[in-house]
Formats: sequence, structure tokens, C-alpha cells
Amino acid sequence: MHKILLIINREYFSRVKKKSFLLVTFLVPMLFIGMYMAIFFLTKQSYEDTHAIVHVIDEEGSISAQLKSNKHIAYSFSNTGLQEQINSLKDGAKNTNLLLIPADFYTTRKIELLSAGKPNISTQNEVRSQLREIVRNKQYREMGLDVDRIRSINDHIQIAAKEITETGDAKDSHTEVAMGIAMGLCFLIYLSLVLFGTQVMRGVIEEKSNRIVEVVISSVKPFQLMMGKIIGIGMVGITQFVLWIMLSLALMTVFSTAMFSDKEVAQQAMGGNMSELPRDQAAAGSTNFDWMAALDSVNFTELTICFFVFFLGGYLLYSALFAAVGSAVDSETEAGQFTMPITMPLLIPYVLSFGVLINDPHGSIATWLSMIPFTSPVAMLVRIPFGVPTWQIVLSASLLIGGFVLTTWFAARIYRVGILMYGKKASLKELVKWFNYKR
Amino acid sequence: MLDIRHIVKQYSGHRALDDISLQVPRGSIFGLLGPNGAGKTSLIRIINQITAPDSGEIYFDGELLQPKHIERIGYLPEERGLYKKMKIGEQMLYLAQLKGLSRNDAAQRIRNWFEKLQIENWWDKKVEDLSKGMQQKVQFIATVVHEPDLIILDEPFSGFDPVNAQVIQEEILELNKKGATIIYSTHRMESVEELCDYIALINKSKKVLDGPVREIKRSYRNQMYVIEYKEQDGVVPNLRESPLFDLIEEKKTTENYEVTIRVNQNNALNEILLHLIPQVEINQVKEVIPSMHDIFIDQVTTPSINKSTHHA
Repeated sequence: MHKILLIINREYFSRVKKKSFLLVTFLVPMLFIGMYMAIFFLTKQSYEDTHAIVHVIDEEGSISAQLKSNKHIAYSFSNTGLQEQINSLKDGAKNTNLLLIPADFYTTRKIELLSAGKPNISTQNEVRSQLREIVRNKQYREMGLDVDRIRSINDHIQIAAKEITETGDAKDSHTEVAMGIAMGLCFLIYLSLVLFGTQVMRGVIEEKSNRIVEVVISSVKPFQLMMGKIIGIGMVGITQFVLWIMLSLALMTVFSTAMFSDKEVAQQAMGGNMSELPRDQAAAGSTNFDWMAALDSVNFTELTICFFVFFLGGYLLYSALFAAVGSAVDSETEAGQFTMPITMPLLIPYVLSFGVLINDPHGSIATWLSMIPFTSPVAMLVRIPFGVPTWQIVLSASLLIGGFVLTTWFAARIYRVGILMYGKKASLKELVKWFNYKR
Repeated sequence: MLDIRHIVKQYSGHRALDDISLQVPRGSIFGLLGPNGAGKTSLIRIINQITAPDSGEIYFDGELLQPKHIERIGYLPEERGLYKKMKIGEQMLYLAQLKGLSRNDAAQRIRNWFEKLQIENWWDKKVEDLSKGMQQKVQFIATVVHEPDLIILDEPFSGFDPVNAQVIQEEILELNKKGATIIYSTHRMESVEELCDYIALINKSKKVLDGPVREIKRSYRNQMYVIEYKEQDGVVPNLRESPLFDLIEEKKTTENYEVTIRVNQNNALNEILLHLIPQVEINQVKEVIPSMHDIFIDQVTTPSINKSTHHA
């Protein structure tokens, strides 16, 4: 036991002391926060930028009177000629547009929007929705309908999606938040499993190609060396996560104070453009997403615990396989053909998560994938933000533990032979042979 | 020290060790000889408990070989290396601790060795900054730092320049003098006669020969003698027709004749000399004793059917 601790110790400290570890540990949260900040400020910027100026040439004649300037858009009507307008547009300020409404607009419903740079999408949306309103009103009138009465129809329906918790209470469910978190978790666990698994493989290849492995296993059992490496690198991973969480929390607290002070912008940044249909604008106030409440609805403690449980389980399961691959090859370039089939079961739920799993987190595909040990680390973490019964989590975690015991046993049998095989090209047949060797 | 009994090791389709039995006497330097692929490394790995035999057992100091004995064995594998990015000192500490030394103890002994080999300033160097020969030196220290009772060296001199090889050879002899038993595995014969008290020769998974070096060499004498003489009064003795011996070779140097003969009957050398003494002036008579190199080549290249006849 003492010796495996020595190995863990070496594996852990030789990595944690590296400059690259510190760099990654501090840079990644910075990068994430930086990205978040960038998105926030860019959104804010473009939100301010959308104050567009639109010069209107109305050949139809009745439209311009119905266009309404608001805080996003300012219409100006001039009688100068088309060519002059275009010329002035060329050297005009950004976000200046020229709207051409042809005489037969009501029948063709076609307009032209010319702008100095690339046409701004939100300007287009604003113009389109106003014009739709105008066309709709005209059609109502032609049909003899009272526009004001139609306007008074309020068909806005508010869905209070609540989920019944185990205690029988109904609590607000925030599917969007769950989706966001599910995607994040799925990405994080997939990446970290592959990353740390590869590190284990590299470590094994390093020892093999350095030829130190035989020196070491004359002192300890191959299994001790393999497990020591796996546990040591796993602890590096956990250290990294804990540091990331702590750093992110610290940074978030600092920045969020600054960010959420401008509530409208924050909402815009996080919730997207909600004023696309002016018709719903009256109702927009009530659909206003309450992000703070939504975030509060997430059980972060449960998420964190589950993340660590499934990361650890998945890591142990996969790193053992990666160790076996490392032992079977002489160089990293050779390892490719074996890592591919190993990472496949990780990749499948990862790819599926974007469509199938997130849209139907309790469907049979999602449920099965979250039970099978090879796919469960990713699949279960996608499901957990949507609320998974505790018995399923426990079952899945137990299966995962069973799975890693099995893969470790399997990997150890290949590993102990593989590390002493130099220059032998490992084929699948060869691996089976190794597996069947007696000690 | 080591009693190896009927070891069999089978890899799929290939028998690496076929009923090998050996005794390694305490305090000896034991040469484990054999061509590449004979099974030496397989046997050494079994002694180091890296692999287990399919059948047979090994007794270490009278006890059945067990994991606890690992700390009493020092092993320098043929395929050896060090962590490239790790500092030498830390690396040595790590390897010594894996062999069961406490950290303080290990540090003390490593420093002593570094002083002895005059490499004190290497402690903070990385392996990648050392030459191959320097790495070998470090590796050797790592093998013996825990003062093992049994030291197993697999091709220890490969990669050493002659000067450093000499340094290491002296260290090996000194360790042996202090009581360590040494198993020296090699396919290069030059140093065997110089170093080894006992040898075992393995070829094609089987033991073909073992015992004390002197006895083996004695048993390989085949009554060959070289007689060097000067002609006397211009008379050339007739050596050609005699039932007592076969003439193997006759050479004439500037002033001497040198004949190699194989004597056919026991103690016939005296008679031959009696026959020669009146005719010539004998300068030198010496027995041709085969070198380990010759024995090795002979054993490895002769088809196995004929082998028993050589032992007469």
C-alpha cells in the first residue's frame, strides 16, 4: 500500500508542479469569464448599435405615414431622388439604410433595403415586423374587420411549467436553464474524460518508451503502477476542477455585480431579442424571463456531487482502457487506431446530447444511454439538470462502478504484458493473446 | 542464495524456459549466459517476480520466493531508462523508496554514492541533460542503493565507454566482496572469465551447461597441447606417424616450430615428450584450454545430439 502511495505522489506532484498545469488552471476560467464578458459586451454594443436610421422612399405613398420611429429605428422621409440617396448612403454613417417601397407593394409585398455596410439583421426584423403589421391591418380593413377590435383580442397564453417534486410540491421548471446547464456539463465531462484519459495513456507510453517501466515493476506490481498512475492523474483532474470552480465563483461574483446592474442589457444579453413581434410586446412584460429565479431553481449541490461522481466513475473506467492502449503501443502515433474505438462510446452520447437527449431527456434512448457504464457519464449528466429520480442516479452510478472494476481488471491483464513488449506491433489478435497469458 | 527448480514458462506457442534448474551460490558472481532470445530475460523476470513461472519454484535464501524478497534484490534490466523530465536526485529518491528505503535513508545513501562516483553536482540535473554513459551510472546506483543481497545485472556494460565500464566493474567486484551475490547476464563473453565464479549457459530455452567456471573449463579440455621447439642439428623430428596423437596443426615461425597435437591416450604426453626430447630443444609445452567464448560458440552452434559426447 505504501508503494502505491509513492507512485500516486509522484504522478500527482510531477504534474501539478508543471507550469502548464498552473497556466491551464488559471487561464481556463479567465477564458470562460472573458468569453462571457465578450458576449455580454458585444450584445450590449449591438443593442446600442441597432439604433438605425432608415431613409424611406415611398413610391406607394401610404406606407411612410404608418411607419413608426422607436428607440431601435428612426425613419426619415425625404423627397430627394433615388440616385442622390444612394450616393449619400455610400459615404454615410454606419447603420444608415435606404428603404425602397415600390408602388405595387401591397400586391408583391416586396421591398428593398439598401445599407452602407452589411444589412443589420435586427433592423431588417424591425422593418419587416412593422410592414407586416401595416399589411395585416390593410387586409383586415379590406375584409371589413375592425382593426381595433382585433387588436383587443388577447390570445397570449402563459405556461407556468411546473414540475412535481418528490415531496409533492410544484416548483417552477426552467427548461431553458436546464438545457443550458446540460450542454455545459456534457461538454465539460466529455472533454475532461478524453483529456485526462489521454494523459494516462501518455504517461504509460512515456514510461514504456523511456524503458523505466521494467525498473519500476521490479519493485512494484504492474497493477500498482497502473492504478497509482490512474489515481494520481485523477487527483490532478479533481484539483483542477476544484480550483476552476473556486476561481470561477470568485471571478463571477466580481463581474456579476457589474453586469447585472444594467438589468435590461443583461436580459437582452441572456434572453435574446424578445421584441421581434410587436404584437406580443404588450405581453412581453409577463414573459420576461426571471433569470435569477431560474438559476435559483437549479440544485447546484446535487449537480456538483453528481458531476464529481460521474466524472470519477467515467474517468476510472476510461483511463484504465487508455492505460491498456498505452501499454500496447510504442509511440503516441501508433495509439490512434486503438483510441478511436475507445472514445466512440463517449462520443455517441456527446453527439446525441445536442438533439435527442436534450429534447427528450427522459425518453428511452436517454434512459438507456444513462445506464450503460460506457455512455452513462455523459448521458446521465445531460439528464440530471432535468431532474432524474434518485434511484436511477444510484443505479447508474453503481453500474458505472461495476463497469470500471471490469475494465480495470481487463486493462490490467493487457497492461502487465504490454509494458514489457517492445517493438511488437500490437494487433487485436495479439491483445487477446496477452489477455490470456497467465501472470 | 538462489535455488531455481524446474522452471517452465510457456508463452502462447513458444516455450521460453524449459525445465530450468540452477543453483546460485551465496557470494558468487554467477554468469547467466546465452545467445539473444535464449530465455535469459524470461528467467530474470521470474526471479524478479515480474512474471510467474507456469511450473517450478524458486527458493530465495531457503525460503520460497515471495514479494517481500523484492527489497533484497537489485535489478538492472537490459531495457532500462529513467524519467527524462525528472531531476536525478528526486528520481533516485523515488526509485530507492520504491525498494523500501525511508526517505532520509535513501537521501543519505544516494549522496554517498554520488560522492563516491564524483557526481555530486548531478542532483538537480535532469536526465535529458546527461549523456548515455552518465545515465547508465545513475541507473547502476539506483540498482544497488538499497544494498540488496542479490544483484541482477542484465548486460550491465552495454552503453559504457571502457573507462566507465572499468569503474562499474570495480564497483561490482567491491559489492561482491562485501557479500552481495551477483547474477550477471550477458551474451558477451569477454568479461565472463574475468568476473564470474559460476556460470550457466542457456540455449533455446534449455539449460545446456552450468557449474563453476574452472570446472567447466577443465571438462572442456580435450587433450590438446601446443609444443614449441627448436630444431637441433638440422634434424626435423618425425611427428607424423604415431598412434599416440593426432597432429592438428604444424607451424614454422622464424626460429621455432609450433605444433598442436591432440593426445589420444591418457598420460601419453610424457611419452611423446620423451620421444621428442633427444631430437629437439623444447621451448614450451602448454595445454590448450578452451576459452568461455569457445565453449559458448561450441555449445550454441553444435547440434544438440552431439553435445553429450563433448563432456567425456
